[in-house]
Amino acid sequence: MTGPRAGAGAPAAGPRTLFAKVWDAHVVAQEPDAPALLYVDLHLVHEVTSPQAFAGLRARGLRVRRPERTVATVDHSVPTLPAAEATPDALAAAQIARMGENARREGIRFYGTESPSRGIVHVIGPELGLTQPGMTVVCGDSHTSTHGAFGALAFGIGTSEVEHVLATQCLLQRRPGVFEVRLTGRRPEGVTAKDIVLALLARIGIGGGTAHVFEYTGDGVRALGMEERMTICNMSIEGGARAGMMAPDDTTIQYVAGKEFAPKGKAWEEALARWRALPGDDGAAFDRSVTIDLSALTPMITFGTNPGMGVPIADPVPSPDDVADATQASALRKALAYMALEPGRPLLGQRVDVVFIGSCTNGRISDLRQAASVLRGRTVAPSVRLLVVPGSLAVRRQAEAEGLDRVFLSAGAEWRGAGCSMCIAMNGDQLSPGQYAVSTSNRNFEGRQGKGGRTFLASPLTAAASAVTGRITDARRLAAEGVRA
Amino acid sequence: MREFVRCTSRMVPLLVDNIDTDQIIPARFLKVTDKLGLGDNLFADWRYGPDGTPKGEFILNDPAVRGSEILLAGDNFGCGSSREHAPWALAAFGFRAVISTSFADIFANNALKNGLLPLKLGPEDYRSVVALARRDPGAAVTIDVPAQTLELPGGRRCAFPLDSFAGTCLVGGVDELGYILKFTDAIARYEQGAGRG
Repeated sequence: MTGPRAGAGAPAAGPRTLFAKVWDAHVVAQEPDAPALLYVDLHLVHEVTSPQAFAGLRARGLRVRRPERTVATVDHSVPTLPAAEATPDALAAAQIARMGENARREGIRFYGTESPSRGIVHVIGPELGLTQPGMTVVCGDSHTSTHGAFGALAFGIGTSEVEHVLATQCLLQRRPGVFEVRLTGRRPEGVTAKDIVLALLARIGIGGGTAHVFEYTGDGVRALGMEERMTICNMSIEGGARAGMMAPDDTTIQYVAGKEFAPKGKAWEEALARWRALPGDDGAAFDRSVTIDLSALTPMITFGTNPGMGVPIADPVPSPDDVADATQASALRKALAYMALEPGRPLLGQRVDVVFIGSCTNGRISDLRQAASVLRGRTVAPSVRLLVVPGSLAVRRQAEAEGLDRVFLSAGAEWRGAGCSMCIAMNGDQLSPGQYAVSTSNRNFEGRQGKGGRTFLASPLTAAASAVTGRITDARRLAAEGVRA
Repeated sequence: MREFVRCTSRMVPLLVDNIDTDQIIPARFLKVTDKLGLGDNLFADWRYGPDGTPKGEFILNDPAVRGSEILLAGDNFGCGSSREHAPWALAAFGFRAVISTSFADIFANNALKNGLLPLKLGPEDYRSVVALARRDPGAAVTIDVPAQTLELPGGRRCAFPLDSFAGTCLVGGVDELGYILKFTDAIARYEQGAGRG
């Protein structure tokens, strides 16, 4: 699979953003008053949002136009327990089987339940080298924004659009605005990519990026590893931006090099030349801009029922009485009622029942290493259930090769198979009503992790430290306390 | 897709900001391979008690709103996941439009592909409409898609923006895939261009 070289779109004169370069190169057609017809380089497909699209395709007598640009897996509803221990779910099983049937019928590469390369779609795409700079990547999943970490234009689509892409390899899209998120300064020890993106969301709110694509710029981006970049781009959608993009650099190229589907030989050299030209030009204009000073950040945690409701971990629960806007005050009141939290009380020390480490946000090897660094030589509080769910089977194998599984198991955690698991609670991994969870996932909406469940979103460090104490805990403080028996 | 030219209905107020797609249709109902029955699970966790009985205080359980075609919601409606099950569930329940001050991008795209109009009002018009719904819950309003207006009792018309292409598709009941398929030759040329694989 290769990225684009030329498109039918007329590129704007003058300096261009990274977004503009990728967009312009993928415009197949543009009629007056109509949206652009945009070519899709990579279409990722999973079991939950595709069956109706394949059925629609068949009803029209159409086939998949470019099966080799389409890659399918099962992740949302797959059990993370061995088959013998998992609770049977006929509906989920039927949906998983349907994904396999559709992939086989259309000649689509499929990483099914038996595949050693299976995992969350946004973990395996990069891992296999399917995701490459300059590409357009879509998937019937809002966290497709993850792939923007490579300088791809990657966004989630609905099932009707999945059908459009299956049939034509194209999508109708209005050109979004570009919202620069400039990351400056050096982050303090103990502040992770998750804290950076939670701080951004707290700043702009969950609708702040609507109708825009985030383009992350600044030295703060260059200093991030690829997995950290993926964590930040992943949660761009929680700010309302369908996509988040970061310009490819040496870090990106080193990550992609040698991956299974990365270009090889002469094609690699050609790809490098294209990728080196992708970063936004000096002087390119953005529609909006915000700057986040990383040096001022501390670990973040959410207290409410959307990902924009986050605060520095040592802050108290915000009070609706301090909010001037009546609508916002009432939203805060509603969120705190659902969370059963008292305004003004510290979040540190709040009881935790379940800790979930995993998801397309924080289920990669660097996330598991961070969690293990806290859990090594420590044990999970007796009142806490800790689930560690690797984002893919490759992540699981790597963790086991490094002995991380033994760290988790001897701490008292459950070491699971790969999948979305308790991030979306479709596979039996879920909270019970009223339970509190610290979760490394991406959404704390009411009932997201199980009906009546209450979620605090945080980094793997915070999650692991909170599992040890059974309370919301700043991992930096736990480190200062030393190893506990 | 069903054509949408005009619609006259009372409004169902659900005045909460940031209603996410996990509320519109919780994820446990996404394990389907068709679009059937989703209307029964619309807003399931707000609508039903733990034993599955309808909660009397939730607006969709009010017999007076049965048959209503317009949902009046808070800001940033449909944020969160890309699940098209959200507009499928709203449409299956009988809604043809959702009125708000803003919509999440993916939700708005998905809604339009299912004949469901995301009707966006400016703050002033929105406040008037909310005031109307509070003052006179049974008041019928009329949506005129070609004119891009929401008409209130007494004749006041609130204009709303609508992408011209999406509007044409909505009014004509036109399916976007049919439009895209007309570009098959252009797509083939693009694919052959400059060494594409």
